[in-house]
Amino acid sequence: MRVVDPVRRALAGVRWYAKELSGEGRWDTYLQQCERDGVTPMGRREFERHLDDHRETSTQGRCC
Amino acid sequence: MSTSTTTRPPDGPSSHGPEDRGRGMTPRSMAVWVGVAVIGAVCWSVLALSRGESVSALWILFAALSSYLIAYRFYSRFIARRVLQLDDTRATPAERMQNGNDYEVTDRRVLFGHHFAAIAGAGPLVGPVLAAQMGYLPGTVWIIVGVIFAGAVQDMVVLFLSMRRDGKSLGQMVREEIGVVGGTAALIAVFAIMIIILAVLALVVVNALAESPWGVFSIALTIPIALFMGVYLRFLRPGQVLEVTAIGFVLLMLAIIGGGYVEGSALGDSLTLSKETLTVALVVYGFVASILPVWMLLTPRDYLSTFMKIGVILLLAVGMVVARPVLQNEAVTSFATAGDGPVFAGSLFPFLFITIACGALSGFHALIASGTTPKMIAKESHVRMIGYGGMLMESFVAISALIAASVIDQGLYFAINAPAGVTGGTIDGAVSFVNGLGFTLTPDQLQAATASVEEDLVSRTGGAPTLAFGISSIFSSAFGGGLAAFWYHFAIMFEALFILTAVDAGTRVGRFMLQDTVGNVWTRFGDTSWKPAAWISSAVVVACWGYMLYVGVTDPLGGINQLFPLFGIANQLLAAIALTLCVTVFLKRGMVRWVWVPAVPLAWDLVTTMTASYQKVFSDNPALGYFAQADRYRTARDAGEILAPATDVSQMETVITNSTVNGILQASFALLVIVIVANAALIWVKALRAGSLPTTEVPAVASQLVAPADFFATSQEKAAVGAWEAEHGHSGSRR
Repeated sequence: MRVVDPVRRALAGVRWYAKELSGEGRWDTYLQQCERDGVTPMGRREFERHLDDHRETSTQGRCC
Repeated sequence: MSTSTTTRPPDGPSSHGPEDRGRGMTPRSMAVWVGVAVIGAVCWSVLALSRGESVSALWILFAALSSYLIAYRFYSRFIARRVLQLDDTRATPAERMQNGNDYEVTDRRVLFGHHFAAIAGAGPLVGPVLAAQMGYLPGTVWIIVGVIFAGAVQDMVVLFLSMRRDGKSLGQMVREEIGVVGGTAALIAVFAIMIIILAVLALVVVNALAESPWGVFSIALTIPIALFMGVYLRFLRPGQVLEVTAIGFVLLMLAIIGGGYVEGSALGDSLTLSKETLTVALVVYGFVASILPVWMLLTPRDYLSTFMKIGVILLLAVGMVVARPVLQNEAVTSFATAGDGPVFAGSLFPFLFITIACGALSGFHALIASGTTPKMIAKESHVRMIGYGGMLMESFVAISALIAASVIDQGLYFAINAPAGVTGGTIDGAVSFVNGLGFTLTPDQLQAATASVEEDLVSRTGGAPTLAFGISSIFSSAFGGGLAAFWYHFAIMFEALFILTAVDAGTRVGRFMLQDTVGNVWTRFGDTSWKPAAWISSAVVVACWGYMLYVGVTDPLGGINQLFPLFGIANQLLAAIALTLCVTVFLKRGMVRWVWVPAVPLAWDLVTTMTASYQKVFSDNPALGYFAQADRYRTARDAGEILAPATDVSQMETVITNSTVNGILQASFALLVIVIVANAALIWVKALRAGSLPTTEVPAVASQLVAPADFFATSQEKAAVGAWEAEHGHSGSRR
């Protein structure tokens, strides 16, 4: 058990990092925010479209 | 994204900035740092003293790592505390202006990943490979010393300046802090430099894919793979980014494996494309990609590109440690002093310092550090780990590339990197040319290398094939399995993937810049959702880099040989603009005592770029000076002669036109930078006389956030974040 726990924690850490880096975690953050503010969240599809619309005009350059 | 950044009430625990993290060193940490310093000193000594014996590449790797650790721990901390005086009691733009879009408080480690993915591209991979013609030592010293005192300082200070100005762009800051003349020159310079950078990056891809059906097949498949991912995310499973990235990655591997079967088949013949055909394909692709909605192509490929980038770099680090390759390159070759190397012309000073830009000092980073990143920083102290730390990580990529190029047999290295004009593009021609340089290479050796990766290697200039060959030999040796050809094409895919992403994103950014500029006089054109304006400006941007790409592809003297110096100088001139801004703000704030921090790298950068620009414009050596080159070919043409490597009159004309265009561009870039520095010098004098001048820094607002300051949270920081979370019923975050 003692050996498994750190491994499990490390894997969870990698998964958390990948989710945050890819932006997938933004949905969870949004849901938490809505809960705190007592607001009904929009649907996942609609939320992702909002993000897409924003990306459309805010492209970040990629360096050489 | 605020997973590890929580809000504290105004009367809550004080924030944790660099000033709160353990002052003074404990005996244990002192012992650790002495250990790191000793390892570094031993590695550097071995590199400095070894001549004519076999040297393991790990000495370079560990010299770099220990130097980075010491620089990060001591120099970046000095800049953070004493020079910039980062203040965690002050709210960042992300905290003050959080809108869920541009401005968003972001976990420091996640933002580090974002920033690193944005700054690291093909540059740190290609430059060191080309500079390896001067030996491994000059490149190693410049990459490490350059990043510590110049590149990472530039990135960190520009990020700080932009953060203190609500995330303003480099151009805006130059206009507001230096003046309208400097600002306008900076705007033109940034646009023009971006065009050159895109063209050279595209040239690297064209050179890697020309006559390579395997490469063309697998890279072409990235387009339908990305489209599939885009549709999947848009319509089938919105938001499931990791899932679709995993699917995309598997498809990518299948595309590489499939390429091996395509080669030699009927389909392979039709995918054997010339450089000219690939240029047209890339230009058409660039235009279409930049006007398609981002969700279709750009965003999904960015996911693949980011994870591939991080994954391959980690894999390469592991591969090097496991394989422990021995350097085949000399420490310093004769080309470093004679300046007559076949890869690019010019001697060590100044051309080493402009060939290796990314990895040591890259002006383009100033655009990223004044773009999205400053709007997402949670705490001021994070500027250190993201700005300085991010650039150290890129430097590590450059060191890995230098090692990959230096573990290849040097005869082979020159056979791959000498332009077709001198090797004739044949095995016998390449062998005879390389032997003429004084290196030993037999046709059998070259044929064996070619067979091992199933790809023609003669005159595959641009750096990508050399790097791919180096990576392939390191991975084959580390992981076994006789997969050299797979690893070679895997590495080509890895580079092409993020070059194409850079080309897409760069074209789009260029389009916005153009629309914004024209929008000042014709408002409607500035509307980014107005299709005709979007199409026209995209077409203009693509036409600009497409033309330069064509210039590179058709140049009988070799596109990389001719354009790479222009690219390097352009990038370093952009750094000169950024560092000029840093010096200006330091002086305006009355920080004369610390102005050497950006002024020393600025002085060095100006000396190298202006010397290089002068030589490229005024040198009467036709191998070096663009105009001398054009004159030589013009005189010969008028006398009815054909000069090698040109084979007919039309190629003579091409050299004359290309060299003239390159020369004019080179002179224009240098002039623009001189205008900016001259404009800034006036402000410097004014500021020195007055003691200080007002700047556009926004007033301080108290911060409500609590977050750890560095990569690893201290126990006090964890306790402070945890206490607040417990008090306010937040779920536990990762710290």
